[in-house]
Amino acid sequence: MSTVVMENLIKTYSGGDKRATDDVSLEVADGEFLVLVGPSGCGKTTLLRMVAGLETPDSGTVSIDGRDVTDLPARERGLSMVFQSYAIFPHMRVRQNIGFGLTMRKVPKDEVDRRVKRAAELLQLSEYLDRYPAQLSGGQRQRVAVARAIVVDAAVLLMDEPLSNLDALLRLQFRAELKRIVSQLGTTTLYVTHDQAEAMSLGDRVAVMREGKVAQLGAPLEVYDRPADQFVGGFLGSPPMNFLTARLRDGALAIGDASLPAPDHLSTWDAGDVVVGVRAENIQVSSDAQPGWVPARVEVVEPTGAALLLTVRLADEQLKVQAPATFPASPDQAVHLRAEPSALRFYDPSTGLALTTR
Amino acid sequence: MSGPRRWRRAAVQAACVAVTLFMGVPLYLITLAALSSRESLNRFPLPLLPTDPSTETMSTFLRSTGVTGGFINSLTVGLGTVVLALLVGVPAGYAVARYAFRGKDTYQLFLLLVRALPIVVLSVPLARVFLDTGLYDTTYAVMLIHTALALPTTVLITAAIFVGVSREQEEAAMIFGASAPQAFLRVVAPQALPGIAAAAMFAFMLSWNEVLGATVLTLNQRTLPAQVLTTLSDSPLAYRFAGGLALVLPAVVFIAVMRRYLLNMWGTTLR
Repeated sequence: MSTVVMENLIKTYSGGDKRATDDVSLEVADGEFLVLVGPSGCGKTTLLRMVAGLETPDSGTVSIDGRDVTDLPARERGLSMVFQSYAIFPHMRVRQNIGFGLTMRKVPKDEVDRRVKRAAELLQLSEYLDRYPAQLSGGQRQRVAVARAIVVDAAVLLMDEPLSNLDALLRLQFRAELKRIVSQLGTTTLYVTHDQAEAMSLGDRVAVMREGKVAQLGAPLEVYDRPADQFVGGFLGSPPMNFLTARLRDGALAIGDASLPAPDHLSTWDAGDVVVGVRAENIQVSSDAQPGWVPARVEVVEPTGAALLLTVRLADEQLKVQAPATFPASPDQAVHLRAEPSALRFYDPSTGLALTTR
Repeated sequence: MSGPRRWRRAAVQAACVAVTLFMGVPLYLITLAALSSRESLNRFPLPLLPTDPSTETMSTFLRSTGVTGGFINSLTVGLGTVVLALLVGVPAGYAVARYAFRGKDTYQLFLLLVRALPIVVLSVPLARVFLDTGLYDTTYAVMLIHTALALPTTVLITAAIFVGVSREQEEAAMIFGASAPQAFLRVVAPQALPGIAAAAMFAFMLSWNEVLGATVLTLNQRTLPAQVLTTLSDSPLAYRFAGGLALVLPAVVFIAVMRRYLLNMWGTTLR
């Protein structure tokens, strides 16, 4: 078991004017599943590749288990990896593909056979061991890539968007399976994805990245519930967090004509406007006017099966609201909204950073 | 099956037959003539079936001066060219496919420029240089100029094939314990084999067919085409057919050997 420590990693690609990773420091604890998530170009893959030894940082260090591996070639770092394109070898049978890492490390043949067999069982590939990759489906190829990565029993497992080439249904199935397998193995894992749902469901911790920096690092629910800035709130969750500009006056928040009591910790904030962030599922909706509820108008009604997703207009702002599936709603209808004060998050409109009590 | 589709298939079949005949009929006629006796060649009407096979023409040709030597020289030069062209061209193709380097575009342009120069223009100054260095009239001289001529195709073909093997596969190999050369040998090279075989075929064919350079750069160490060409005009008809067959056969054999590498090797096409 191992820890991975990244310290002050800076990388600029030749020809690029911006840093791909800008002074990133991160630590993956022993046995932890850490997910790097962010939009494309945020530097998450670059970071992973520097840990893998496929990319050399301009400055900064990578240590695995306390050993500085920054200048070691990939093969001496004691890690294993699943690639986005699977990168399994088309000229080798499944058996040789899975056993490749063991063969390269001169493991005795009968032990290779035994371990390949076990890994194949774990990933339900036993019947396909003598096939070539071209004779497999996309999902099966992905299993081969995972089997090849886990069979070597490496201290650190790296995964670069391993599910992104699968279709939606398969991705959902394999996601759960992957989580089970990795937690059984207990391997320290660094996982890259651009899919926020994947990040939330897999990670022990999630690092949301933006423009080469880590915007927020924390447990999935923590990051989801208390985004450190507007970017994180807007990136995580489907639909993303709603943001409304409100005017702070005399201890009350004014959104259009409506007014809400402002929480105490905002009393020291005197910049006038604040941005209010609220998740769609934290907004209650009613067709009747009630005291303290804010009037709004329905624009779009989207049934998702389990719930009803409403796009409503409140003053000049558009909001996504999650209503019960049975809620009677139609476009242009007047509704009334309310949110628990504890579910509201507040952001500085100029920096986008969270305004917290701390 | 619908009407238009059937017509289409029939047309494709017909085209295949036509192309095969186009290539095959001359080969057949040459073989027939080379295996006929001198008298039967002059008979009228000429029989189109091997009614009277004879090895007389062929054996006369093979026994005439310079043919055996030329044959051996041609083989030496051809195989030598393949080896040299692959030795230099495969790494060059790999570099073109994998790395961005200063002057890459210029390099690719200059590669093709070699073929823009007429061989005579290359050969005459080279003859001078080879005379000074003592390489003149050796198979090495011909091998060198043929390698130079074959390199552009070798580099371009292998580069195209290396582009087809994803970089991630090499990276995967290195993650799982391979050094860079091992990753190349175990992962890239096996997949590039068809392309390398095609490049080898081109190099061999080019060398086998090239006459001008070989004629200018040698006097006694003629390759077979150079030998046949210089003596052809004074030869009887039968000798020309025999020479033709002798020139075609090794090339056909070489292609037949390399062909199995050209076909996809793993039952299905590579992805």
